[in-house]
Amino acid sequence: MKRMWLAIVVAFGGLLGGAAFAQGVTLHISCGAVGTELQLCKEESQAWAQKTGNTVVVVSTPNSTSDRLALYQQQLSAQSSSIDIYQIDVTYPGILGSYFIDLSKYFSQSDLSPFIPALVSNDQYEGKQVAIPWFNDAGVLYYRTDLLQKYGYSNPPTTWTELTQMAQKIQAGERANGNDKFWGYVWQGDSYEGLTCDALEWIYSFGGGTIVDPQGNITIDNPQAAEAINMAAGWVGTISPPGVLSYQEEDARGVWQAGNAAFMRNWPYAYSEGQSADSPIKGKFAVTVLPKADTPQGKHAATLGGWQLAVSRFSQHPAEAADLVKYLTSDSVEVDRAVKGSFLPSRLAVYDDPQVIQAHDFIHALKPVFSSAVARPSTATKDKYNQVSSAFWTAVHNVLAGQAQANQALAGLKQQLTRIKGAGW
Amino acid sequence: MQQTAIEAKRRRAGRGMSLERRRARTAWLFLAPSLIVILLVAGYPLFRTIQLSFTQTSLLQFPLKSHVVGFLNYKFLLQDSQWWHSVLNTVVFTVVSVGIETVLGLGIAMLVNAKFPGRGAMRTAMLIPWAIPTVVSAQMWRWMYNDVYGVINDIFMKLHLTDKAYAWLANPKLMMPAVISVDVWKTTPFMALLLLAGLQSIPGELYEAGRVDGANPWQNFVRVTLPLLRPALLVALIFRTLDALRVFDAIYVMTGTNPNTMSMAVYARQQLVDFGALGYGSAMSVGIFVIIGLFVVAYVVSLGVEVD
Repeated sequence: MKRMWLAIVVAFGGLLGGAAFAQGVTLHISCGAVGTELQLCKEESQAWAQKTGNTVVVVSTPNSTSDRLALYQQQLSAQSSSIDIYQIDVTYPGILGSYFIDLSKYFSQSDLSPFIPALVSNDQYEGKQVAIPWFNDAGVLYYRTDLLQKYGYSNPPTTWTELTQMAQKIQAGERANGNDKFWGYVWQGDSYEGLTCDALEWIYSFGGGTIVDPQGNITIDNPQAAEAINMAAGWVGTISPPGVLSYQEEDARGVWQAGNAAFMRNWPYAYSEGQSADSPIKGKFAVTVLPKADTPQGKHAATLGGWQLAVSRFSQHPAEAADLVKYLTSDSVEVDRAVKGSFLPSRLAVYDDPQVIQAHDFIHALKPVFSSAVARPSTATKDKYNQVSSAFWTAVHNVLAGQAQANQALAGLKQQLTRIKGAGW
Repeated sequence: MQQTAIEAKRRRAGRGMSLERRRARTAWLFLAPSLIVILLVAGYPLFRTIQLSFTQTSLLQFPLKSHVVGFLNYKFLLQDSQWWHSVLNTVVFTVVSVGIETVLGLGIAMLVNAKFPGRGAMRTAMLIPWAIPTVVSAQMWRWMYNDVYGVINDIFMKLHLTDKAYAWLANPKLMMPAVISVDVWKTTPFMALLLLAGLQSIPGELYEAGRVDGANPWQNFVRVTLPLLRPALLVALIFRTLDALRVFDAIYVMTGTNPNTMSMAVYARQQLVDFGALGYGSAMSVGIFVIIGLFVVAYVVSLGVEVD
């Protein structure tokens, strides 16, 4: 039906508007619809359509990433050409990579170099550049500037030990002052993808690797990883509420934004929420890089999130689609998105753009976070990533809930991952 | 003479048979539309699911590779401890929640069966929990269960029922009771409604007769209400049991894929959607189908007489 309408419109266009209109193609792009996302996507695609004489139809998709994955799976496994460009999550290039075209035909090395390197390599599948980074997320540490000052700290913690000590002191002090609901540190501990992100940060910051390394070797069963998970297990019930084991992003933000936590690990979206007019902690907090381990191998880590653009292999207009991707990920569009929607750019230079700094200084402040970015192992584990991630978060959750010892859980996890891997990823 | 009589009899019989056959044909004709619909919307998916369960198919690979592996998926399923754990979770969830719902539902049904002012409004209002979409109410409960800002801990502590805040959805021992409570809260009204309909079909004279014979209220309940309510009770039990065995949304929203509460449906969804394992997920779906089928057979066999 859609096709028929299209044919009619094109035919009329040819009759009325002359050849230029009829030559244009129609592209369908799937965009997220969280907040201003959809509106921006429509405006930007329209700008490209006008410039090139093509037509772009924006298809909105479910907000939840797993629902979106289910929808994309349906479309792609049915070999449907009804969506040309997919907005995909950071883990999909590995999961769905075989369904997307190689964009390196349209993007040269110098086209790709301004993007955050960890993202560019994340978007590769079997040596092909299957997606282009569009906007980002990364795990960051939120801290209460007023409370740090009150308890005599001039800087946010740089190591986990410091964080633990500061959290203990502030928590004890605030409770003594009458707020018995006050906790030191909140994060995401529910058994879901978010725990994979949090736990990857702990482990990576201890030098414990990335569960599966880029070559596909299972590296999770190591003492640093066990140490990292034990550290987090020690927080539960001491500086973190016992309920943290059921917290997702919004549960953690619920505690934090009510002023009941000194520190929080979350994604950058919580920044603008926390600074909204009715927020009790407005103007009382800041963001920084997550702490690192106290050991010599210790390094800062921030799990990468965010969205990429990929072109379906079933698209009938791959060249035009690639051109639209190029336009949407261009410097000027990313500046515009950062200013209007506070989307974190995938191009490093945009973080230093004067317009962006003027509109949202926190975006500029987040730039160093991306130099310590770590990607989830979806590129290496490909379509088995969800299985790997689920096995990982279940094992970690067991340790956090006190149902298993870290070293035993990791040894069991290694066995399980070996079975999932089978003959190869 | 005798021969023609026999012939006539035979003819009559023959006509009778053909009439029967005609009626049977008409019956089939009338049944055909619904049978065709059932075949299309239930039969075909079931057939495809069973067919897929004998293959290994990944939804996440292009080109789609599917090869027949015989009973391999079923062999894995039988050895999958996670699967048996989720079966156990589902059965525990079903037995406990349906049990509590039946008792509470019966009590509430008898209460709103009595005549009192505002009864109509009361009957409508009690349906509210059941009318809220489960995903919405489950998310609501998720927040209410929160250990820091949740209202449940607040109430319990103010009433001095507990001395500290519990993490209802994080503590492995409290998760299942917390999830069951939400289901009880949500589905008791439905149970009450089904039982109320049953109560209303019991003629008032029987209670009068009981009173005349000197029965006390308890005897009235045990000797009159319960036996006559039995058909309605069984229908309600079967409805709720089959429903509870398929539980997905409440558990998925509140505790996700946490092994302590994961139900069969949540696990099958994880395989089918998150892992794209069409073959194994289908085998699991067939497993769910068989388990629910067993419950149906158990109900029908043990209660077959009454169902008729």
